[in-house]
Amino acid sequence: MSASGSQQGMTPAPKPEQQSPWAEAEGRLSRALRELGQTSWVVTVLAVVVALVVGAVLILAANRDVQASLSYFFAQPTAFLETSFQVLREAYSALFRGAVFDWQAPSAARSIRPLTETMVYSVPLILAGLGIAIGFRSGMLNIGGQGQIILGATSAGFLGYALSLPTGLHVLLALAGGILGGAIWGGIAGVLKARTGANEVIVTIMLNNIAIYLLAWLLQQQWYKQTGSNQPLSSSVDESAQLFSLLGSGFRLHAGFLIAILATIGVWWLLERSTLGFEFRAIGENPEAARTAGINVPKATALVLVIAGGLAGLGGAAHVLGTEYRLAGGVAGTLGFDAITVALLGRSKPLGTFLAGLLLGGLRAGGVLMQAQTGTPIDIVLVLQAVIVLMIAAPPLVRAIFFLPHADGRPRIRRRSARRKTEASAATSSARQPELQTASTSKASSAEPPSAESPSTSTQEPGK
Amino acid sequence: MSEQTVSTAAVQADPLKQSATGVRPISWKYPITYAVLAALAVLFALTIPAGARTHFRLSSGGDFFEIPLVELPSRPAGWILAVILVALAGLAIWQASRRVQTRLWLPLLFGVLFVLAFLVWAGADRGAVIPLVTMLTGALALSVPLIFGAMCGLVGERSGVINIAIEAQLLAGAFLAAVAASVFTSAYMGLVFAPIAGALVGALLVFFSVKYQVNQIIVGVVLNVLIIGLTGFLFSTALTQNPELWNARQQLPRLPIPGLSQIPVIGPVLFNQTILVYLMYLIVGLLNFFLFRSRWGLRTRAVGEHPKAADTVGIKVNRMRVYNVILGGAIAGLGGAFFTIGQGLAFGKEMSAGAGFIALAAMILGRWHPIGALLAALLFGFSTSLGNTLATIGTPVPSEALLMLPYLITILAVAGFVGRVRPPAANGTPYVK
Repeated sequence: MSASGSQQGMTPAPKPEQQSPWAEAEGRLSRALRELGQTSWVVTVLAVVVALVVGAVLILAANRDVQASLSYFFAQPTAFLETSFQVLREAYSALFRGAVFDWQAPSAARSIRPLTETMVYSVPLILAGLGIAIGFRSGMLNIGGQGQIILGATSAGFLGYALSLPTGLHVLLALAGGILGGAIWGGIAGVLKARTGANEVIVTIMLNNIAIYLLAWLLQQQWYKQTGSNQPLSSSVDESAQLFSLLGSGFRLHAGFLIAILATIGVWWLLERSTLGFEFRAIGENPEAARTAGINVPKATALVLVIAGGLAGLGGAAHVLGTEYRLAGGVAGTLGFDAITVALLGRSKPLGTFLAGLLLGGLRAGGVLMQAQTGTPIDIVLVLQAVIVLMIAAPPLVRAIFFLPHADGRPRIRRRSARRKTEASAATSSARQPELQTASTSKASSAEPPSAESPSTSTQEPGK
Repeated sequence: MSEQTVSTAAVQADPLKQSATGVRPISWKYPITYAVLAALAVLFALTIPAGARTHFRLSSGGDFFEIPLVELPSRPAGWILAVILVALAGLAIWQASRRVQTRLWLPLLFGVLFVLAFLVWAGADRGAVIPLVTMLTGALALSVPLIFGAMCGLVGERSGVINIAIEAQLLAGAFLAAVAASVFTSAYMGLVFAPIAGALVGALLVFFSVKYQVNQIIVGVVLNVLIIGLTGFLFSTALTQNPELWNARQQLPRLPIPGLSQIPVIGPVLFNQTILVYLMYLIVGLLNFFLFRSRWGLRTRAVGEHPKAADTVGIKVNRMRVYNVILGGAIAGLGGAFFTIGQGLAFGKEMSAGAGFIALAAMILGRWHPIGALLAALLFGFSTSLGNTLATIGTPVPSEALLMLPYLITILAVAGFVGRVRPPAANGTPYVK
């Protein structure tokens, strides 16, 4: 460690310079995310199609009947196709019946139950996803949804069973506790970033793991869990602190869904209509310009993560007070990482995030039924999710897969063949020459600014 | 090291001038840390009950000579250690005030003695023996995947690609190692296939982040989800339906190095290991040499620090990054093999359990340097092993606190409390020609 001391002693001055790579990466990040937002809904639909195809391949590969029919594929190819079709129809229809509408259910109430289940699963996803989306819009990658959800659930659950208060007050207090817990956890990363320039990606990842151990420790403390047993499980949330059911017994849908709707509207107002939201977007687009315009960038940076953490904490609180009622070590599941997917899928827009939360909630709810009825493990939902986001993040790839025209209007294939031709016959073909040259020069000029000189040059780059 | 002279050449003139005129501020951060820890050691000594004893087991079978169970009177031992620690802290403060460079032995000795003082206090009158060798072996075992993972991250980030997908690469390596070893009924075949799995994940990472310039962190996060889902899906289907074929346990045999493995305490810990661990020693050594002493290393660092300059002199920036990330993936895949064939376990769902993220932390704490990352990973492995030991012998310190330690230290490091952490300048920036 003394080597570090010497290094530090030698270079006390260049603090701003050292922050520049990260600052520059942020400018680029916000631009990348903005570009993500400009892709059309067609790409989203096609991404879902690609994901379903990938999922289909996995389902078929793992199915024993299909494997059996494959062994006599050359003798009887139709058998293989028939079995495959049968297996896929069963799996994906179970996914649909579990997520949206079950036409095989005995009663009308039971047949719409899947849709309400989808809503139940989507509540924490939407709330936490909104938090992540605010971060994205402000140029910050908040990977800490998981930790913030855990802290929100931890404090909301504790307030839910440790206090005894009248019904309305109790639930509000527990929700507020959840928001506070998440906001503190997000705020740690925010304040550290604002004051010391610590990279929020790394800090939030570390905070996720700390939160997991913190909850594990709390669940061994009798003052916290109040059960009297040695099980790492807390006691159940009081009736007065539970989020009330919206559709009565038989349905799990609870008031958390209303909170999610309100939060979506609130975040929309915050980002699109309020001064604070303008500041957030400004530091996301260009921190230097924001500073020049008189925005207190450190303060806004810290506030972004406080609010993002608060929303994720609210999601954790709604999850515990509405569905789980008890705290266990794995109470958050993979919600935090799913929330990142939700925000990416929703293109960091409030309404988009809401819809993406419903989509992923539907995949979860449908995945449960699919696992129960066809034995397809629910892990496939993770694969679908990942493929969707990868495809949405790389629209050129989607266009390439479906032979769609390039973004600038020319069809892909002709362009590629044209390039090959010119490469082969050097500079002889005069007809296409000027076009190609302009393309290459425009590329070169756009590449000039992002060299590692200072954050301002890169962030001011118009980015076409 | 040489990379520091490259990167700080421009700013060096300034501090040198300052130190000549005596303006250079004294860094009190380390002396104060030592003082606080020494005070803690005194507190340990004060709270040990009189007449208590602490037992250490230093031997394991097959040493040159058997060391009997060491039994220390806790209180005097605690006091002696505390006094030495206070003296060392005093030395550090004196050196800082005289602007003398502290040597590397001071923090190392301080760390070892502090841990000993802690163990003497924690084990006092518990009636349990502290198995020192077992603890150190466990620490190394926990560190191996971390070290492989940190080397993977380092190779990628030195060339400018942030790799959050180390977790996915470890998991993919663990999965394919187990499956290949089971299918070919040979653990060594697992060793062949594990790097391929990791390299494939690395290839996906560069496919999206270099070819399509998708944000590298986003791709990394998504790849983690993808690989967790994929391995989980295959585990729940093929691997559980027919475990004899796909997921039978295979273990790499231990290959004790004659002579070296019989040294007491360190012999069984370091030199009675599988080929995977020896490979790890080799990889760390090779990386440390080639990163700073070879053409490949110079180009890698150039691409990571200033891609435009590298491109100007004719280095293929994106090709360099692609090769490096895939190479890193292969290294991480090998590390993943340690979870399954390295320990003789069958594959289990999500068995890497966040090791990829700790490896990332170790790489950052080690300042993107192979030896630094190695030491940081060993520290993390040791603190986890200590936590596990304490959980079994039952001490006043909750084991979760020690399990949190790697993450806390990393946050402090990133926030600038533990020296300054400087990533490669072009880290995370796609290069568009």
